[in-house]
Amino acid sequence: MPAAPPAKGARKAPRFIAGPLWLTVPALVLLVAVVGYPLLIIVLRSFSEPAWGVQNYVWFFGTPVNLVVLQRTFEVSAWVTLACVISAYPYAYMMTVVGPAMRMLLILCVLVPFWVSGVVRTMAWVILLQDSGVINSLLKWAGLGTVRLIRTQLGVVIGMTQVLLPFMILPLYSVMRGIDLRLVQAARSLGARPSRAFLQVYLPLSLPGVYAGAIIVFILALGFYITPALLGGPRSVLLSTLMQNQVLSLLNWGRGGAMGVVLLVATFVLLALAAPLMRQRHKQGARR
Amino acid sequence: MPMQKHTRLILGLVCLLVAVWLVAPTLVVIPMSFNANKSLAFPPVGFSWQWYENFLTNPDWSSSFFNSLKVATLVAVLATVLGTLAAFGLDRMRSATASGILRMLLITPMVVPGVVLAIGIYAVYLDAHLVGTLGGFVLAHTILAIPFVIIAVSANLEVFDKRLETAAASCGAGRLTAFRTVTLPLILPGILSGLLFAFVTSFDEIIVALFISNPYLKTLPVQIFTSITRDADPTVAAVGTVLFLATSLVIAGGLLLGNRRRKS
Repeated sequence: MPAAPPAKGARKAPRFIAGPLWLTVPALVLLVAVVGYPLLIIVLRSFSEPAWGVQNYVWFFGTPVNLVVLQRTFEVSAWVTLACVISAYPYAYMMTVVGPAMRMLLILCVLVPFWVSGVVRTMAWVILLQDSGVINSLLKWAGLGTVRLIRTQLGVVIGMTQVLLPFMILPLYSVMRGIDLRLVQAARSLGARPSRAFLQVYLPLSLPGVYAGAIIVFILALGFYITPALLGGPRSVLLSTLMQNQVLSLLNWGRGGAMGVVLLVATFVLLALAAPLMRQRHKQGARR
Repeated sequence: MPMQKHTRLILGLVCLLVAVWLVAPTLVVIPMSFNANKSLAFPPVGFSWQWYENFLTNPDWSSSFFNSLKVATLVAVLATVLGTLAAFGLDRMRSATASGILRMLLITPMVVPGVVLAIGIYAVYLDAHLVGTLGGFVLAHTILAIPFVIIAVSANLEVFDKRLETAAASCGAGRLTAFRTVTLPLILPGILSGLLFAFVTSFDEIIVALFISNPYLKTLPVQIFTSITRDADPTVAAVGTVLFLATSLVIAGGLLLGNRRRKS
């Protein structure tokens, strides 16, 4: 197989160093070996261990605990996505209207979290959220009493939102940067109140960025493992933790595999549903 | 867009809050690393360098640090070579459908849920005796890093003027010479940023590493994770601070170099 394409490519495009398809073969071989084959193993084991059949899926969807965790996983992802949209929207908008120096500073704030390793950042959230942590000290100092944050779902959402926020801000900013602000001015000069000009002109134009960021955040949140494992408690277990538990602690590859397949299918269904929204974004970009 | 004064004020406050939220977890690590007590309670008490000493002298920490460095360097080189080749192939493919499908396939490691992939790789590595081996780490991290290289190099190839290669060829340069003297220097920024991304991806990767580590070979993130789950050890904060400073220096250096190059 690797022998045939270069000859064909070399004949048709003599100026290039080799056939184009041949160049992707090394990466594709690695992809099949380290991603394709392992995922296939997961799918196979979900149907074959301990015996062939769909018993693992029957077990998964027939056990109330699993369904609670599945629902919670989607719920947490939805909350995180919503929190990201709400906090990223004004921030990204601000990035488009301030001067260059201020914009540099705002971009810096988005990128700084990437400078510290992801695990260290989650540990920082442990420091901030724990019962004797920074947030609770501040609340106590302000006379508001203390809130239990660590080992709760709220703590998980707060931590995950911070980790995922840059993935929302950056696509949103790249779309907002391309919006012609004169359109909003035109709406204003035609008598629209500021709120109406925003809702009918600016918001629709910025929606492609919201969709793109939201889908990335939601998909990444579905598979999150480290943050929920460190910030969450027994009552905020997510599907990824449950799957790890099945495989590593209970050595039940069949049930763990079935959970993995559920996560995989959910991810790819979401991606497929989001594809038309992404395409719409490209079209709008072209029209501009 | 003209804004009322109070709208601007509220917007500014919200942005300030979001900025603090983004940055606070990074900065809170720094004071914790000088804690005199072995605790992660805030605020830290006293001042000491002991956690930095521990990072440098405790073999658990130093060996995992060097393991990460070794793995990330190998991954950066391998992923950059494979990713750049693939980006070229995708760019020069005549069928847009084929290149679109292949590109999507090569990017999938970015969206596959981490735990699912990690457990799959763990299953395969158990059979292939690759758990806790350098080769196993490099292979797994390379496939996770390739998408970043492809994205970075493709962005450069998109704006690269292919007629330059034709010009080089018509001046008598062979294909390899043309690539080496014309194409490569022009897409070098993309390749370098791909290299950097690949290094960071591997150095920071935790989920797959958690599964394929064993007591003989573990990377720094795994050591950090086990340390956090086991006890409240401020060494983690010291490591975080060192990494933060190192990254800041690299980025500042890169910015300075870029500025000087632009000026000359």
